[in-house]
Amino acid sequence: MNTAVVQAVLGGAFTHQRGRLALSVLAIALGVALGYAVALINAAAVGEFAGGMRTLSGVADLEVRGPRGGFDEALYATLARDPDVAVASPVVEVDARIAGRDDALVVYGVDAFRAAAVTPALVGAADTALDLLRPGAVFLSPAAAAWLGAGPGGTLTVQSGVRDVVLAIAGYAGGDAGRRFAVMDIAAAQDAFARGGSLSRVDLRLRPGSDAALARERIARTLPPGVVVAAPRDNAATTERMSRAYRVNLNVLALVALFTGGLLVFSTQALSVVRRRAQFALLRTLGLARRRLVALLVAEGALVGAAGSVVGLAAGYGLAYAVLRVFGADLGAGFFRGAAPQIAFDAWSALVFAALGVAVAMTGSFAPAREAARAAPAAALKAGDEQQAFARLRSPLPGLVLLAAGAAATRLPPVGGLPLAGYGAIALMLIGTLLLLPRIAALVLARVPAPRAFAPALALDQLRGAPGQASVSLATIVASVSLMVSMAIMVASFRQSLDDWLAALLPADVYVRAGPAGDSAYFDQRDQQALAAVPGVARVAFLRAQALVLDPALPRVTLLARDLPGDDPEQRLPLVGETLPRRAGDPPPVWVSEAMVDLHGMHPGARIELPLAGRTWPFVVAGIWRDYARQQGALVVERATYVALTGDRSATDAAVWLAPGVTPAAFRAALDARFPEAARAALSTPGEIRALSLAVFDRTFAVTYGLLAAAIVIGLVGLSSSFGALVLARRREFGVLRHLGMTRRQVGAMLATEGAAISAIGLATGLTLGFVMSLVLIHVVNRQSFHWSMALSVPWGSLAALAAALLVLAMATTVASARQAMGGGVIRAVRDDW
Amino acid sequence: MIRLDRVAKSFPGPRPRTVLDRVCLDVARGELVAILGESGSGKSTLLNVIAGLETPDAGTVVVAGADLAVLDDDALTAFRRTHVGFVFQAFHVLPYLTVAQNVALPLRLAGCDERTAAARVSAMLAAVGLAERAAGMPRELSGGELQRIAIARALVHRPQVVLADEPTGNLDPASAQGVIALLRSTLQAEGATGVLVTHSRTAAASADRVLVLTVAGLAPFEGRLS
Repeated sequence: MNTAVVQAVLGGAFTHQRGRLALSVLAIALGVALGYAVALINAAAVGEFAGGMRTLSGVADLEVRGPRGGFDEALYATLARDPDVAVASPVVEVDARIAGRDDALVVYGVDAFRAAAVTPALVGAADTALDLLRPGAVFLSPAAAAWLGAGPGGTLTVQSGVRDVVLAIAGYAGGDAGRRFAVMDIAAAQDAFARGGSLSRVDLRLRPGSDAALARERIARTLPPGVVVAAPRDNAATTERMSRAYRVNLNVLALVALFTGGLLVFSTQALSVVRRRAQFALLRTLGLARRRLVALLVAEGALVGAAGSVVGLAAGYGLAYAVLRVFGADLGAGFFRGAAPQIAFDAWSALVFAALGVAVAMTGSFAPAREAARAAPAAALKAGDEQQAFARLRSPLPGLVLLAAGAAATRLPPVGGLPLAGYGAIALMLIGTLLLLPRIAALVLARVPAPRAFAPALALDQLRGAPGQASVSLATIVASVSLMVSMAIMVASFRQSLDDWLAALLPADVYVRAGPAGDSAYFDQRDQQALAAVPGVARVAFLRAQALVLDPALPRVTLLARDLPGDDPEQRLPLVGETLPRRAGDPPPVWVSEAMVDLHGMHPGARIELPLAGRTWPFVVAGIWRDYARQQGALVVERATYVALTGDRSATDAAVWLAPGVTPAAFRAALDARFPEAARAALSTPGEIRALSLAVFDRTFAVTYGLLAAAIVIGLVGLSSSFGALVLARRREFGVLRHLGMTRRQVGAMLATEGAAISAIGLATGLTLGFVMSLVLIHVVNRQSFHWSMALSVPWGSLAALAAALLVLAMATTVASARQAMGGGVIRAVRDDW
Repeated sequence: MIRLDRVAKSFPGPRPRTVLDRVCLDVARGELVAILGESGSGKSTLLNVIAGLETPDAGTVVVAGADLAVLDDDALTAFRRTHVGFVFQAFHVLPYLTVAQNVALPLRLAGCDERTAAARVSAMLAAVGLAERAAGMPRELSGGELQRIAIARALVHRPQVVLADEPTGNLDPASAQGVIALLRSTLQAEGATGVLVTHSRTAAASADRVLVLTVAGLAPFEGRLS
């Protein structure tokens, strides 16, 4: 393309609008930075997690696994004799609470000689082979040693039941694996953690020439209920899936920032193009083809996008590094415990986000470019024609169609476990509303009574005469306000529902957990009796948590065996919907969480089978309860039933009702005196659990708030930038008004009125759209992502304060940009024609 | 009505430029004076000085009995609102207002009540021959019609002084002739004083007096006008 033409078209933008272009570049950079940072953090966390799992799986072709509590070790002998199996390596896996800390470390108990042939990373590096078999010896992975600040020659004290087990650190294991874990002899582990006779998994290496798929199919048929066989990579994929919805949601939030950045590019380009309308008309008159003008203006957007992407990628890398150091790989959500990921430059992600940045900026430029190319050159050459670009009201049909499509999309099911249709619905509603903005503005402005004062009246005339202008100024503010409001309502609903849920779930005075972390701590029957006998205790209800495999393709679900009131067991459950009346002859009842409905297709009245103690037992689904603690699903059964079926009388938690007048502190003192081992147990009041839960909730959503704040800043910058550009484009008009006798104050009042009207319309539209979008977030996106429902709770006070603050900020930015544009001899602007 | 006494005006910058150098001008009430001059000779600056939009470096400017030097920005604005009407080369009608609303602008600014304003606007639109276009939008009008709107707007509030800068610069000869005739007649009808800056000798010919602005100041034009 001719350099002179390129210079003529682009030169104006890059020489006279550097400030606004810089803002567009920054907005794109912010979106790209957030997106790339989230992608890097996710890639680091998942990559390290999967890499660690691969290292730990070694050369195993198949893995046999069952409930978290283990399965009968007799199965090992059967598997070892299987004709397709070359080596079978039994493993006991315990998430052991570290004494004195609220942390747990995964301890693998292995048969070193078997493991050496299948999972060499799980074999300790010992001076003598006998060390590997020594009962009290443990080998730490380098990451665990660094984390614990301990090494060979030292000791590791972990909790088993409510007692301590001291292990001697005999060396290292795991080579370069970045995961934190410890390894010890399998018999010693079974003994230390009271897992005698049970295994957590068996790693299988098949004979050369064996068909892994056929072997898997055949072995699966021989396994007892609740025990499954899968390829190690499938297990890694299942684990990765647990955090996928959370990670995808973070990615979507980052894309929201990029989207609002695109809108800023749109408003900047729209106004820039309006300002250069006469210049383009001249070039069109001189022979510049319409398509070429569009291409050049879109290329202008691409340059902005490219610059923003370059800045964004660098900032994103820095942000990812900083966030990983401060919050950890899962940004505080707790999905990747035990992983110690490192940020690495990811060229593919960089390319994707750079392309997204450029694409968003080009898309933002396209509509203004088309508008510029469509303008009739003769008319556009006339002074004052700028307003014509805003005067037309386009058909509302596309906007209405998008809104209808958005409403329809909310009815669609998740795709691959992700609420893609829900996100699509929100995007369609947002874009549809943005397309309808000129109509909405015209509708509202037509109903506003004319003010008596001249300046506000003229402002209203101006807005009524150019409804398209409102859409340009409103686009970013409506997008950011609606997104922020929808998230604020969703988060407030979630928080309130969580609070209500905790209140329903925690009726006792004190809760005692055998160990604050891991699954190595429990109360045996003697401990339970000791706890119940502590003076001041009126009543104790115990709970046994267990993890079961119901579907090899899905993560384990949690089985909660609870002491429930015999006469009305459901009064302690936060049930949602109808419950099934109990009928004689029915199998024992099970109450399932909402995730069990979504993921496992359970429903009230359904008869299901649960694998317990190596057998399947029939249950009937008696009701559905809300569970915010376990998104992979949970089931509640009566503990008496569980004990009768499994013989397992241990408990992991106790709910304690105190006698009248006994305080939790007095109970703690009595507990320490009568049951000293309970010092290792975690004791909390419902208030403390509530405070801790809400603190974790707030920390998890801190990143969300940060991303939303970024969107709001972009929205305000967009409003300020577009309003400033509009004012600049109208300098001649203000000059004329000053000639006719309008004072500076009156012009200022006129602009302030315009700013207030635009901001108010933007806020009202944003609030309304945000409310609708929050319903989609609550009932579609959240439900499909995390499989839990919540009750709508609108934080009216916060929203009102936010709206007022935004209105003031928006007005301040419009007045400031107007003042800036009004300076420098606005009267002389008229002289363009003198 | 308009008296300029030894008015001087320079613009600073890397290359400072003296635009007006001790310019004197007297315009009597009801008189229409045309000022000719080359581009850059300072015609626009002279109009701005008369309107109180530019402050002279030296000299005095008295318009409609007011010494502009003693008025602050607000007072100057109020002075323009009451005593001055403008006609621009590029019409400068506001595109988002109807024809009638554009003409009514000075009356609305002056706080005139709606009934009086409506009557006055109707009268002015009738005077410029555009009564039937009152509800129309500026984009529906031709250049000549837009300038007639601008003339109506300049005179609707009965100013004592009307300043017109190249009012025919954007018009074809026929429209230009019509606009100048209209300006002349309406000025006379309203009893207003006019200063017309133009390149067109034909336009200048309609004035009572024609001056030429050069670096030496204002002097009577002595050439052929049409």
